[in-house]
Amino acid sequence: MSTLLIKNGRLIDPSRNIDTRQDLLIVGGRIADENTSAANIEIDESIDASGLIVCPGLIDCHVGFREPGCEEDETIETGAAAALAGGFTTVAALPDTFPVVDSRASAEFVVRQSERAARCRVVPLGAVTKAHQGEELAEIGQLIEGGAVGFSDGKRPISNPEIMRRALQYTSMWDRAILNHAQVPELVHGGTMHEGFQSTVLGLRGMPAAAEEIMVRRDIALAETTGGRVHLMSISSRRSVEEIRQALSRNIKVSADVSPHHLLLTDECMADYNTNFKVDPPIRTEEHRQALIEGLKDDTISCIASDHQPLSGEKKSLEIDHAPFGIAGLETLLPLCVKALIETQHLTWSQLIKKLTVGPATLLSLDSGTLRPEVVADVTIIDPDASWSIETDQFQSKSQNNPFDGLTVTGRVKFTIVDGEIRFRQDELS
Amino acid sequence: MVVPAETPASIKNWTRRHLLGLEKLNREEIEIILDYAAYFKTLQKTRSKLDHLSGVVVANLFFEPSTRTKTSFNLAAKRLSADTVDFTASGSSLSKGETFIDTALTIESMGVDLMVVRHSSPGAPELLSRHLKTGVLNAGDGTHEHPTQGLLDIFTMREKLGSLDGKTVTLVGDIKHSRVARSNIWGLTKLGAKVIVCGPPTLIPPEIERLGVKVVHRFDDVLAESDVINLLRVQFERQRGAFFPSIAEYAHLFGMNKKRLQRSKENVLILAPGPINRGVELTPDVADGKHSQILHQVTNGLFVRMACLHLLAQTQARETPVQ
Repeated sequence: MSTLLIKNGRLIDPSRNIDTRQDLLIVGGRIADENTSAANIEIDESIDASGLIVCPGLIDCHVGFREPGCEEDETIETGAAAALAGGFTTVAALPDTFPVVDSRASAEFVVRQSERAARCRVVPLGAVTKAHQGEELAEIGQLIEGGAVGFSDGKRPISNPEIMRRALQYTSMWDRAILNHAQVPELVHGGTMHEGFQSTVLGLRGMPAAAEEIMVRRDIALAETTGGRVHLMSISSRRSVEEIRQALSRNIKVSADVSPHHLLLTDECMADYNTNFKVDPPIRTEEHRQALIEGLKDDTISCIASDHQPLSGEKKSLEIDHAPFGIAGLETLLPLCVKALIETQHLTWSQLIKKLTVGPATLLSLDSGTLRPEVVADVTIIDPDASWSIETDQFQSKSQNNPFDGLTVTGRVKFTIVDGEIRFRQDELS
Repeated sequence: MVVPAETPASIKNWTRRHLLGLEKLNREEIEIILDYAAYFKTLQKTRSKLDHLSGVVVANLFFEPSTRTKTSFNLAAKRLSADTVDFTASGSSLSKGETFIDTALTIESMGVDLMVVRHSSPGAPELLSRHLKTGVLNAGDGTHEHPTQGLLDIFTMREKLGSLDGKTVTLVGDIKHSRVARSNIWGLTKLGAKVIVCGPPTLIPPEIERLGVKVVHRFDDVLAESDVINLLRVQFERQRGAFFPSIAEYAHLFGMNKKRLQRSKENVLILAPGPINRGVELTPDVADGKHSQILHQVTNGLFVRMACLHLLAQTQARETPVQ
């Protein structure tokens, strides 16, 4: 059995409230049990983690990997490589591919491609409705057998409330969550950015915050009546946070995530019509940004997700109202969170890591997200002080649509370990 | 007003390579354009061809149908002895298989100095200005800006009123979908006018008050205080679904007619950017009446566009070294 010793690091494991200087021993791909010590076994490889943070491998609860169907943007292999470089050991792939992951076979395809790539773990999210048409439920039971860990119609909101109600009832059989893009489609049709003063000045069609808030309220009401689990992806509005906070106080099974760009930017970023800032949901105003940060601080928002949406250059170089939505965010999530949350002292490292481990692991019912003895050794090692410049042309991702190109940031992934095996070393890149 | 007989001396203060919108211009820059337009208007009294743009190539890239603006730009360039080339494409760039930037780069490579761009997407001229070496002149980008229309409206007002300081200009109708409204608001507020926007709440974009305008929903309430009434065209093609119940109801609430004209200031100026929908924004008797500036606007549009082309060509010549 191979052994890997990570020495002298600051071990942060929010699942056990640990934040201390401690070595971590990996034996045979698992965290060593309490009776095994580095002193009495042979060490094959060791990493000196002095000055570094050692934490459970990060988990992203929704990424778009575009395979099958749009391999020009990303494949499961390149997406998984981007995830590793971003410190992620597990990512959940959205089912909004072509064809949609709405059958056992298509879920198994994702699992298979993930195994072939042998990078991070890519677990499938299954479709809620067949072909994301919003009309008939997909074969949810079969999808679970094929490996699906949660259900979503991707960027298509589940707009028919009766379908959403049945989906929540049905998935409750397996205690799996439905990840909805909370948005009333009719209110955002043709929209490009947040509706407000900036959209008025720029002459771009707006996407009002109310479009999200109405759907958040509906989903909470349906979760309450069904007892099902609803998760709201990439929320962006102040009222959404308030609604979720209240719902949690009533013990409704609702959770939410937020994406780094919504924590850092306001809608003024659209002023020069750069399509790399065009995301769905849109970047809103300062009051919304502040509310999202508050939601993270008081645990109303349990997860942070990149909402990785890779898009090839030719798609993003269109006119802004024709260009598709999305940011390729896996490789910049961590430093952007450091900028938005750590440098501003909104969160501690332990709190931040919790949103990237325990939060998504709980959402997707995964065993990972912890460094408990004997679990599979998925570990991320971070240099919290490394200063570097984001260069999108150095991305592992096949796409470079990221508006933070050129930004100087702090905090960098040094090693990403999956199954006890070092799959990514930052030093090897440059 | 004083018409400058000599070349306006202020040209050295014009340094812009592109004219993308009035938002970015300051008062002095707007006045430079207006002064040049007045200068060209004087020179054109003799109808002789001028040589200000001799050797300059102006390309008109129209990605959205237009007859009036295109004709006006074309004529403006030709009156100044520029060589012109027209490129018209309909639909989005996607349907052509070539991106819109590629199209513009292709045209630029043919040796073009200035590009006049009309496009249905807001920001499209700005996007081009970042990719091209030529000067870019926005001839209307979606619901964003239409700077030369704003300038010609303002030129027409200034010509009749002398100065816009303290004057009240009311913009009526579809403010939400109007690039003309946005260019008018930027330009007029910078020149000291008081701007009122008037229309149904469904056609007023959010937080527009922050541009320093007053929002009013009842046209009749502002007739008495308006020195100028600019009747924006109902943008049927940009609207998605019904923003008001019927054209008849729109005309009833927001149309300019004889009765409303009687309750307006005696010397009120009636402007309409056109093409007008007769009987909708205004009745034919008002359109053809003595208060109407509609045809003056069209005439002045030529001089404003001559001024813009000339100023941008000057910058282009200064900044592009001779090979």
